[in-house]
Amino acid sequence: MAEVTYENASRIYGFGSNLEVRAVDKLNLDIHDGELLVLVGPSGSGKSTALRMLAGLEPVNEGRIIIDGRDVSLVQPKDRDIAMVFQNYALYPQMTVGDNMGFALKQQKVPKDERRKRVEEAARILDLIPYLDRKPKALSGGQRQRVAMGRAIVREPSVFLMDEPLSNLDAKLRVQTRTELVDLQARLGVTTAYVTHDQVEAMTMGHRVAVLDHGILQQVDSPRNLYSAPANLFVAGFIGSPAMNLVEGDRDGDQLYFGSTIVPLPPDVLSDLRKSSAKRFVVGVRPEHLALDPDGTSGGITVVEELGSDAFLHTTVSHGGEETIVVVRVDGETSLVRGDNISVGIEGPVHVFEAESGVRLGVPPRS
Amino acid sequence: MSDSSEIVGIDNRFTTFISGIVAWVVGLIFFFPVFWMVLTSLKTEADATQLEPVFIFDASFDRYREVLGGVAGTLTAAKAFSNSFIVVTVSTVIVLILGIPAAYSLSVKPIDKWRDVLFFFISTKFLPIAAAVLPLFFFARQFDLIDTRTVLVIVYTALNLPLAVWMMRSFFDEVPKELIEAAQIDGASLVGQLRSVILPIVSPGIAATALLSFIFAWNEYFLAVNLTRFDASTVPIWVTANVSSRGQFFAGLSAAATVASIPVILAGWIAQKRLVRGLSLGAIK
Repeated sequence: MAEVTYENASRIYGFGSNLEVRAVDKLNLDIHDGELLVLVGPSGSGKSTALRMLAGLEPVNEGRIIIDGRDVSLVQPKDRDIAMVFQNYALYPQMTVGDNMGFALKQQKVPKDERRKRVEEAARILDLIPYLDRKPKALSGGQRQRVAMGRAIVREPSVFLMDEPLSNLDAKLRVQTRTELVDLQARLGVTTAYVTHDQVEAMTMGHRVAVLDHGILQQVDSPRNLYSAPANLFVAGFIGSPAMNLVEGDRDGDQLYFGSTIVPLPPDVLSDLRKSSAKRFVVGVRPEHLALDPDGTSGGITVVEELGSDAFLHTTVSHGGEETIVVVRVDGETSLVRGDNISVGIEGPVHVFEAESGVRLGVPPRS
Repeated sequence: MSDSSEIVGIDNRFTTFISGIVAWVVGLIFFFPVFWMVLTSLKTEADATQLEPVFIFDASFDRYREVLGGVAGTLTAAKAFSNSFIVVTVSTVIVLILGIPAAYSLSVKPIDKWRDVLFFFISTKFLPIAAAVLPLFFFARQFDLIDTRTVLVIVYTALNLPLAVWMMRSFFDEVPKELIEAAQIDGASLVGQLRSVILPIVSPGIAATALLSFIFAWNEYFLAVNLTRFDASTVPIWVTANVSSRGQFFAGLSAAATVASIPVILAGWIAQKRLVRGLSLGAIK
């Protein structure tokens, strides 16, 4: 059991030269005891680097990382009491499943009997008992993934590090393994840092989710808060599938437009808007907060995506003199087809951001 | 649809057929001198020097008996073979002992300016060996190493090391980085990582490197003939010792050459079993 803290931790490539690249920039982040925290972001966001810094595979050039009150910034990976699951599993090819899982214990000079006991225990949890004497190449992708998990569990570390552990599985197995992993983590209660580029994975698995972009932490919050109150334009666009509709426009006094519709602004947003010196703003509305409304903005449907329970209408509307596409969620049994004309109105919360800085207007989200 | 796929099928079969023929022809062209050498070694000297090739003759192992018997005061087969075995084996072992850490530090954990180091290694091969032989000879004489196995061990190690480092580096490059990182996190020391994780994966590559190093050293003639006189002479020198200025020697020479090739063929055959690729299969994905 352990608490992890990043304190102004930076990873800088070409540190000290004049070509410094900040892969992770002054990261401040707490992972609570027993928590599953997901680091999510697009490629190049620094999420994997942040994890590898915690593992000790990348140096911490500035700031420090603390595990359970101990500054580990300069500690060897093996002495950090962590276990890592790699995207490609990194199983030792010449060793059996059992030897793979017991390798770390062997390095710690744990007696053979206890080693076998702990390996079998982990194998039972993961249904790997029949495969203990096989080599990794004789296993399926899903089984290999479980062996990689097993190798981490056997060590009974204080922190699990997982670097996209599901991304080499096919879609169906991925969803199944996702729930198994969440269940396992809850049962073991081990503090876990989990990296993924898949925001659905992040939202479904994380107790809390940290969104990174260009090495900078954008927001860390519960999945629900990330979704309902994104702290800035990047998070608003990144979290949610299909993505939030974002339209940019000038202010018209105290008014903003979504197509031809005047956007209803709550008082806190309105007061921030009055204070703001920015010229252009972005209005964001989630697809489920748009609805068919005879008084709304009219447009033509270009694509209908039917998912069974819902349907998403990709609709071309005119906004600020330009054609733009907005996505509207409607009931799955819609009879609308491509080419139909509809009118779209806002029915639910709106998010407003300054276009340039990306800053959210209104009361900042709770965290 | 079915028509076109049938045409593709015929086309494929035709290509396979042609490339099969080409492979066999090329293979036979390469094999023929070996075949002729073995055939000649079984003939009498008179048959071996006939202008018209003789295919039907009384095969005998007399030539082998003659060349292996040796004459007192001349280089015997036993002496040449024991010299060669010692020199080649020792130099190959040293090449591996020096080459494996070098390859590691140029691949797994690249040192600063590893490209320059790598180039330095290969640049030592740019100098024609004929240009190096005289300085080598003087150095050897200075250190009183002429006609010793030691001098051959030193020059063969130096000769094979650059190539071995290059070869093994490319094999080390194929070890997935994550495997080494996993071993680090699992608590394996540097030696532990090498022994338990890296070497098992690169062992086919090391076997291939050792084989090449063995063959090159076994067949080396030029330096051996210039740096040894009698005591440390190796198999290639023994083979040419069967060239005589008086009388016929083709059959005897062929017999000696055949015997000299056997260790290389054996080494190749043994190494081939270890050269099986795919050992790293299942490590990732």
